[in-house]
Amino acid sequence: MKIGLKKKDWILILIILCVAGLTVLIHTYIGGSGANKVVVKVDGVIQGTYSLSEDGKIRINDGTNVLEISNGKADMIEADCPDQLCVNQRAVSRNHENIICLPNKVVVEVESSEESEYDAVTN
Amino acid sequence: MKSRVAYFGVFTALALIFSYIETLIPVNFGIYGVKLGLANLIIVVALYKLGPQEAFLLSVVRVVLSGFLFGNYFSILYSLAGGILSLSAMSLLKKSGGFSVMGVSIAGGVFHNIGQLIVAILVVETLSVVYYVPVLLAAGLLAGLVIGIAANEMLKRLKGLKL
Repeated sequence: MKIGLKKKDWILILIILCVAGLTVLIHTYIGGSGANKVVVKVDGVIQGTYSLSEDGKIRINDGTNVLEISNGKADMIEADCPDQLCVNQRAVSRNHENIICLPNKVVVEVESSEESEYDAVTN
Repeated sequence: MKSRVAYFGVFTALALIFSYIETLIPVNFGIYGVKLGLANLIIVVALYKLGPQEAFLLSVVRVVLSGFLFGNYFSILYSLAGGILSLSAMSLLKKSGGFSVMGVSIAGGVFHNIGQLIVAILVVETLSVVYYVPVLLAAGLLAGLVIGIAANEMLKRLKGLKL
C-alpha cells in the first residue's frame, strides 16, 4: 500500500524519533540503577519515603489511594477516583518511574538513595 | 453559508461519536495517557475542509462536550491543552506547505501529548513526568500516523464536498 508520505513528513518523523531517542539517552545517563525506594508526594509535598525491599501497604492521603510494595515493586492498588488510571497502570520499580493520580494530586516516584542532588532539580 | 453551519454541526456530532467510541475500546497500554485519539480524525478532516478557525472551534466544543459527557474536570483541562497545542501545530504545518495529511496529523498527535504533559507538570508540580517524554512522543507519532492515513482516505472520498 502506498501511503504517500512526502519528504518533509519523513524529516518530521526523523526529528521526533531523534528527540525521543535523545531523551531516552539522557535518562539512562542521569537515571541508571540503584533504585531502592519510593517517594510519595501529595500536591508536591513529600508525605513519606518507603523502601522497595520491605513489603507492605501504604495508605496515602487518609486512604484516597493505597500503594502496595511487594517483590521490589510499587503498585497502586486502590484509588477513589472514577477513572482508575493509576490503578490500571503497571507496577513501577525502575529509577524515576512514577505513578500519578491526577485527581488526588498523588505522585509516587521511584528513586535511588545515591543521588540526592536530583531532588533539588525536580522540586 | 447556511450549509457551512450545518456541516459544522455534523462535524461536531461526528467528533462526539468518535470520542464515545474511544471510551468503548477497552485498550489499556499500561501507560498513562496513551490512546489513539479517534476524534482527532474529525478535527484533521475539519482542518482541511472547513479551515483552521472552524477546526479550532470544533476542537474546543468537542473537548468541553465530551468532557461533560464521558470525563471530568481533569480530562477537560488535559484535552483542552492538548487539543489547542495540537491544532496550532497542525495549522502551522498545513500553512507552511510541503507536508501531507499524515505529516500534519503526526505533528498533531505529538503536540497533543506534549500539551498534556505540560498540564501534568503544572498540576502535580513535578518534572519527573518528563520520564514519559519518549513514550509519549513515540505514541503520538504512531497515533498521528494512523489517524493521518485514515484522514487522507476520508479526504480523498470527500473531494466533491465543497464548503
